[in-house]
Amino acid sequence: MTSPLLELKQISVSFEGFLALRDLDLILNQGDLRAVIGPNGAGKTTFLDVITGKVAPTKGDVIFKEKSLLGQKEFRIARKGIGRKFQSPRIFENLSVQENLALSVSRPKTPFSLLINSLKVKHLDQIQHLMSIVNLQAKANIRAGALSHGQKQWLEIAMLVGQDPDLLLVDEPVAGLTDEETDLTADLLKSLAGDHTVLVIDHDMEFIRRLDCPVSVLHQGHVLKEGSMSDIQKDPLVIEVYLGKSEEEEE
Amino acid sequence: MTIFSTKKSWINLTIWVLIIVLIIAAPSLLPVFRLNLLGRYLSLAIVALGVDLIWGFTGMLSLGQGIFFALGGYCAAMFLQLNSAGEFPNSIPEFFGLYGVEKLPFFWEPFKSLIFTLISIWLLPAIIAGLLGYLVFRNRIKGVYFSILTQAALLVFFNFFNGQQKLINGTNGLKTDVTQLFGQMVGSEIMQRWFFWISAVLVILAWFFARWIVRDRFGNILIGIRDDEARVRFTGYNPVIFKTIIFSIAGGLAGISGALYTVQSGIVSPQFMTVPFSIEMVIWVAVGGRGTLLGAILGAVLINYAKSLVSEALPASWMFIQGGLFILVVTALPEGVLGWIRKDGPKKLLFLIGINKKLETYPSLEINEQGEVKS
Repeated sequence: MTSPLLELKQISVSFEGFLALRDLDLILNQGDLRAVIGPNGAGKTTFLDVITGKVAPTKGDVIFKEKSLLGQKEFRIARKGIGRKFQSPRIFENLSVQENLALSVSRPKTPFSLLINSLKVKHLDQIQHLMSIVNLQAKANIRAGALSHGQKQWLEIAMLVGQDPDLLLVDEPVAGLTDEETDLTADLLKSLAGDHTVLVIDHDMEFIRRLDCPVSVLHQGHVLKEGSMSDIQKDPLVIEVYLGKSEEEEE
Repeated sequence: MTIFSTKKSWINLTIWVLIIVLIIAAPSLLPVFRLNLLGRYLSLAIVALGVDLIWGFTGMLSLGQGIFFALGGYCAAMFLQLNSAGEFPNSIPEFFGLYGVEKLPFFWEPFKSLIFTLISIWLLPAIIAGLLGYLVFRNRIKGVYFSILTQAALLVFFNFFNGQQKLINGTNGLKTDVTQLFGQMVGSEIMQRWFFWISAVLVILAWFFARWIVRDRFGNILIGIRDDEARVRFTGYNPVIFKTIIFSIAGGLAGISGALYTVQSGIVSPQFMTVPFSIEMVIWVAVGGRGTLLGAILGAVLINYAKSLVSEALPASWMFIQGGLFILVVTALPEGVLGWIRKDGPKKLLFLIGINKKLETYPSLEINEQGEVKS
């Protein structure tokens, strides 16, 4: 049995006494697709902040490829192979689609290399390939700020993939998308899993069901339950805290 | 910045042709007094290019570029003072005698060398900017806090230089116009003509250099830092290094600018490090057009030239005009004059005041023989 790609060990995060995460454990293996759901304030985004180095945990450890990520700067964690998509699409709005992707696929990511070297042919091909995946070829030279909301979400996902990460952290990729776009996004993420490890955070139950993958339910900074979507939906505890039907109400 | 629409390049080309023609024609058209003024303003365009790089592209509003500008000026002035000090007591610059200093302060020594001076003019400000920048950026100080910090640093330097009579003649500054260079008086007409040419050539070189920096992915990262620094970080780039480099480059450009300005105005003094002067640099760029490079050059030269013309005619009114100009730009032309021209501003203005008719998509189909638009 190989060691897991990412392991969170007993992570706690306290913001001035308020426990955003409480003894959180989570294991992701190479090629996994995992969904994380939870009510507002359950600590979903904080938990991504911990992995990507934006927030330092009060207690516990984050192990990625058998090494601890604690104390590492965000850009170093990104270079190690963790890509993150933010809740609202965050792309470089004043650059074209192609320029956005060029920044994501460039290697090495040092000032000198950006200034002196031109983009390698292999990277140019990669940009074309990424644009074809998310269907943005026709918009290659359009300012990214002029894209529709859904296209921005996809561009950001394409930028993530361009970083060639082992682990993709995707925060609410379908917020504000149409049903059709949601389905396409689900298919896209499923196709990425396998080569990559993908962790998706979302509220949208239809979307999670379509991902057809193991689900972790987060509640008050703690993993309440892990299992398939159908198991989760039957679990009385989950129903109580998340799906909003408390036992008292039913009585 | 790789998208280069043809219209934009036409506007650029036109402006460049105008600039080059004016520069070549100026020495024979203008009296030496005016030529000297133009030379000074061309040298100010170099510091403006630096401001455009750090503010227009990277989004860091520095109100302390006067530090680096003055440092470049002091480097040049120290060399010139030493170069002409032979006739004075102890063979040190004359002003030292006023304060009873008999031995040259140690840091003056290397400025006896022309090569060292020519390098330190840009390298010294660049190093200081780099160090200052690194400390600030590493601690993620940005936005308004960065601006305030740079202004505070400016005041520190200003007060320090003001108080050092025995080292650098304090508030009186160092004069250069009566010093010697290559056997000529620096303030002489022939030297001033040379400095004009050097300024003109260096502005163009500085533009090419700045253009080369922002042309491709490096420039795109700068824009990325301006628009969304966190995204840059999560894409795997270290913004601190990029910001330090560009701030250092802007410092170096300011140093070159300050040295050229000093030899053409005849003196360097702590007045170069006053707060209003550093804010003016920002105004030139804002009026010319942020993030356009060419706009920074136009802004610096035209505003300063207008300033000297207006000040001669109506001495007290310039401050009001400058303030009004800034308000106009902030409210009506947020992208500066060049940004406005590039976005079809003049065409829209003509339409607004009724000179041009608004074009429909297919004018030939919509307009009848009398030139009236068919309803």
